[in-house]
Amino acid sequence: MTRVRDALAGRRFFITGATGFLGTALVERILRSVPDSQVVLLIRPGRRASPMQRAAKEILKNDCFDRLREELGDRFDEEMAARVAAVAGDVATDGLGLDDAGLEAMSHCDVVVHSAASVSFDSPLDAAVEVNLLGPSRVAAAFVAARDLAEADARRGPIHFVPVSTAYVASTHQGEAKEELLDANPFTLDVDWRHEVAAARRQRGDSEAESRRPDHLLQFHKDAREELGGAGLHLLAERAERLREDWVKKQMVSIGQARAQSLGWPDAYPYTKALGERALVAQYGDTVPLTVIRPSIIESALAEPRPGWIRGFRMAEPIIISYARGLLREFPGVPEGVTDVIPVDLVVAAIIAVAGEALLHADSDDPADAYAGPSVYHVASGVRNPFRYGRLVELVTAWFTEHPLYDPDGQPIVVPEWSFPGRGRVQRQLSRASKAMSLAERVVGSLPIRGKQAEWMAALEEQHLLADRALGYVELYGAYTETDALYRVDRLIALWDRMDEDDRATFCLDPAAVDWATYVNEIHLPSIIEHARVRTTPGKSVKTNRADRARKNILSPDRHLAAFDLENTLIASNVVDSYAWLASRHLPAGERATFVADLMAEAPALLALDRRDRGDFLRSFYRRYDGAPVARLRDDGWDLFHHLLLAKSFPAGIARVRAHQALGHRTILITGALDFVVEPFRPLFDEIVCARLGEEDGTFTGRLEVLPPIGEARALVLADFAESEGLKLEESMAYADSASDLPMLEAVGFPVAVNPEAKLAAIARRRGWHVETWHKADGGAQPMLPLGPLDRRGAAARGRTSPAALTGQARRTMGGNR
Amino acid sequence: MSPRPGFVLDVDSSTPPTLFWHGERFSLEKLPEGSRVIYAPEPMEPLSDPQAAIRHALTHPEGDQEPLPALLFTGMRLTIAFDDISLPLPPMERPDIRQLVIEQVLDMAADAGVDDVELIVALALHRRMTESELRHAVGDRIYDAFAPNGLLTQHDAEDPDNLIHLGKTDHDEDVEINKRAAESDLLVYVNINLVAMDGGHKSVATGLASYKSLRHHHNPATMRKSKSFMDQHKSELHTANWRMGRLIRDAGVKVFQIETTLNTDTFPDAFKFLQKREWEWKAKDRIAFLGASKALDRVPARYARQIFHSVKAPHRMTSVQAGEVEAVHAITTANVWEQQGVVVEGQTDILTMGLPYISPYNVNSILNPILVACLGLGYFFNLYRGKPLVREGGVLIMTHPTRWEFNPVHHPSYIDFFEQVLSETTDANVMSEQYEHGFATDPWYIHLYRTGHAYHGVHPFYMWYWCAHALEHLGAVIIVGGDAKAVHRLGFRAASTMADALEMARDVVGPSPTLTHLHSPPILMADVQ
Repeated sequence: MTRVRDALAGRRFFITGATGFLGTALVERILRSVPDSQVVLLIRPGRRASPMQRAAKEILKNDCFDRLREELGDRFDEEMAARVAAVAGDVATDGLGLDDAGLEAMSHCDVVVHSAASVSFDSPLDAAVEVNLLGPSRVAAAFVAARDLAEADARRGPIHFVPVSTAYVASTHQGEAKEELLDANPFTLDVDWRHEVAAARRQRGDSEAESRRPDHLLQFHKDAREELGGAGLHLLAERAERLREDWVKKQMVSIGQARAQSLGWPDAYPYTKALGERALVAQYGDTVPLTVIRPSIIESALAEPRPGWIRGFRMAEPIIISYARGLLREFPGVPEGVTDVIPVDLVVAAIIAVAGEALLHADSDDPADAYAGPSVYHVASGVRNPFRYGRLVELVTAWFTEHPLYDPDGQPIVVPEWSFPGRGRVQRQLSRASKAMSLAERVVGSLPIRGKQAEWMAALEEQHLLADRALGYVELYGAYTETDALYRVDRLIALWDRMDEDDRATFCLDPAAVDWATYVNEIHLPSIIEHARVRTTPGKSVKTNRADRARKNILSPDRHLAAFDLENTLIASNVVDSYAWLASRHLPAGERATFVADLMAEAPALLALDRRDRGDFLRSFYRRYDGAPVARLRDDGWDLFHHLLLAKSFPAGIARVRAHQALGHRTILITGALDFVVEPFRPLFDEIVCARLGEEDGTFTGRLEVLPPIGEARALVLADFAESEGLKLEESMAYADSASDLPMLEAVGFPVAVNPEAKLAAIARRRGWHVETWHKADGGAQPMLPLGPLDRRGAAARGRTSPAALTGQARRTMGGNR
Repeated sequence: MSPRPGFVLDVDSSTPPTLFWHGERFSLEKLPEGSRVIYAPEPMEPLSDPQAAIRHALTHPEGDQEPLPALLFTGMRLTIAFDDISLPLPPMERPDIRQLVIEQVLDMAADAGVDDVELIVALALHRRMTESELRHAVGDRIYDAFAPNGLLTQHDAEDPDNLIHLGKTDHDEDVEINKRAAESDLLVYVNINLVAMDGGHKSVATGLASYKSLRHHHNPATMRKSKSFMDQHKSELHTANWRMGRLIRDAGVKVFQIETTLNTDTFPDAFKFLQKREWEWKAKDRIAFLGASKALDRVPARYARQIFHSVKAPHRMTSVQAGEVEAVHAITTANVWEQQGVVVEGQTDILTMGLPYISPYNVNSILNPILVACLGLGYFFNLYRGKPLVREGGVLIMTHPTRWEFNPVHHPSYIDFFEQVLSETTDANVMSEQYEHGFATDPWYIHLYRTGHAYHGVHPFYMWYWCAHALEHLGAVIIVGGDAKAVHRLGFRAASTMADALEMARDVVGPSPTLTHLHSPPILMADVQ
């Protein structure tokens, strides 16, 4: 006899949070283990995908379903189509955002499981309030509405509600916590949840207002500029706005944490969950039959659908990975403490068993089975099968000693000895490391470096991020290791005892079933290592392969447009060099060196101006061409190219342009340099966008007639060009060296950072952009100063002979000179 | 005292270490006893009055040719073509022979009232010369009189408007040369014949030709059949050029050939020890050697390079002859041999040579790895008549730093050739079939060749073809003291010392090999009996 399965067979489940870790496992198990069952999933419609598409992509395609897919074979798609439905909705909106059809679908369900939650321990207070606090009541409200709809239709409608909470709602006190409603718990402060909701919403408003104070806005703008340099107004504004939003979010996170801790919870998650439970019971305890499930920390599956199955990065993983990487040397905790971890499949089984029994009772005539009001089940291991912190550390250390991770050089990382320090010491250590690194970053970041050093700098920044993250973990999870609450599971075990053999085999929910050594060594660690994409093999880095793959992607016939910046992307030269070379060319020998030396002395100031605003810099610098003879400079442009620019070019860069040409890609040069300087590059490009000076009576005016595109203007020029040529930017490449080219790089599908300066190197690393390091040819001329060779044509002109050189007077001149 | 002829030294226990070029540095190597060292003849006495000799040559032509003044007339088109920066090596002290000869030609033209005169640098697919290089070659007065008016031009093998197709030889070879030169009433060609390969019909047929024409003899098959290309009569390269030269003549192009030879006085006083025999070094030479080598060891390579490229050679003219191409060239070749020939008995198992900083293709530039190969396997290896100095299957050991360095202005296509072609194959046939066309017709290389100072896109292929005969002949090539990565890219072996190289060579040629060292400078031609 199989009570649970029989009770649930052919039933329909309404499930929220199905795209989450627990939700996915629940949907899979219902479909696989409950005959003829159906599920209706509440899914937030995506920007591009309908709820059903999201369900197919994010749930059915997950490897959780591999087993079911195999069992069903060809029938999988057909069966899923018949048994799985999705309705659009969101637990963060009143009424769940259900439309009539959605409510109708809900009214045909028998069981409602609410597993949607904002589980992140550092979500902003207001977001946590909307989802965790108000979510269960909203689902209950919809439950009532759906039941009314069904009853009006002379149907039964939803019968039972199973909201998923967390064991930590009872973590405000030490010692054992019973499976009872919070109101029955003497250690719960009597806080009015409505006030908390109102306060959280008001605090969002306050933080938003605070973030708009002029001094804050200025700071965001300053930070954006520091990060991106002269990237253009639009991009800076965009970045500054993002910084503001981040600031607000951070404010809301810390407000939430402070509030939670003031009431005795470790952070906002259990605090909002606890209030959510109370709000639910207070409002719907009498009208909606419900059973609360409170799991502890849910981790990878013990056996179902397969040992080790996990979705997403769970709570314990970041800590374990940081430890294995040698990044987290210490983690606070006491060896005797209990780590309350529960495999996901046990939680799923508990939900199903609870739902099954509820339906059985609802259909039963026995008064003993009558619904007696809301109740609670813990699904936790701490009391029944305690897993000591010291044992966990032992197992993890032994495992990583045997299976070390490898650093980028292919050397095994030795895991540190765990010393069980207090939380304060670890925090101090980590924040010291983080501060030292940000100082190093500031120093290095202010240097005009590019290429390899800049990449090194980006690596430093990554280390910094990791240290920061580890610090975050300690702050967040430290509190959990310090809660000494033990979650009793008497009711759960009683449920287990009531189950028959067959149900027990199918829905194992007994925490005693876990053998911790096997679970850690053979199930959990292998699974999270696989998910973390860390290096588990020795030997040299595979980084070159990644670069090769990126290059192959870029040099593919499927692409069709490549945009290039000039200075420091294709040539190691700049507008000042070019000007110095061109101008010194026509100076008397004695003045040349002084002139160039003077100009070089100005260089730092010029560089600073350039960094501040490239447009201003170019406009003011190009004034120096005022009065220069047009014809001569157009002529000299060629010599400049052949003697200076080509000598300072990056042959690999030029070869890259040509490789694009050979593949039939269109090529475009977008530069702030002047037209007569870039003219010799013309054969490399289909289009050249550059600056042009005004002309008057054969001399330059020093005023720009065509402004060079800067910052976002470059992206616009590129977009215009692509559009007029019928090309797609997502199939295009852009090559540039500095953060001021960000708009152009961001506009294309394949951005390439060439010898990136520090800021761009950091951005490229974060975004996984391809980076090229191109060098000048080793044999290229390396003049100390960009000094033009002496123009001797002036002298030549004085002794110039007419074309009729060799008759008459010319001959006498030559003869006479001999 | 007349200069001593070249000779072959047998190394014994009392022989001092032998000087090897090592790029822009030198080393002294102790060669195994029983080795042979070939020394060039001493520099010959130069002509005492070069001006008079030139005038005499122009007015007393060789072969079936009238004196130059008789060929000049009012209203005619006169074109004077001359050798480019690749000759002589190193560039000579002022005045350059070209200047002396052209001044006299111009004088005679002025006397005859010729007013349509153009000067053309016959650079084939070489890089265009810079203003200062041109001033050095022809002198300031000629430069200032011609260049500003566009009358001193550099041959452009890619200018469709200034090329003319004169026909095909009986071997189906296209003959396409500079149109201005071909359509002139008289084409005067001024040569500096540094080695036996230079001059003859090659001057016009190669120096003023287009790629379309050059490819018929600048290819692996021709170069393998040129044994050596320093020996006109056994050189397929020359046979093809002679066919073309005769076609040019038969097409009505009247060529007045002027050829000059130089003595081998190659280096100024500070470096005189280079061309002396080591056991004859005086205290002064030893001090100069020590000073120079210590100084060069201390400065970065590029300064050492600058020092050497600023060296102008004191070599002087030993003969000048003018008139009909073939008659002139026969005399010239004999004169070159007189200065450079050394009789050598029998071949050797191992040939060693020190490679200097300069070759015809890197004046004022860098001897990049491809040019290192070409200088050793193309030029030095081919400095023979009869049989190669080294036996078939023997080993060539060269000393040169062979740095992974290229001049991006002069040798842009070399960089890509090294990265894209040599990384795939060192087989000249495969290169010529799969890659040559792409490089030769590449618009970017053509752009750089025509507007700047870049060798033509196809030029690195020619450098490799130049090595084809040696590569086919040799059992192994070892470079001592070279950048291992660059040496391996060339398909050669890298050794850090001469002793290591000799050990490696024994693996190829057997345990007790014979060894011969080709001592340079100065340059010599081995007459292997």
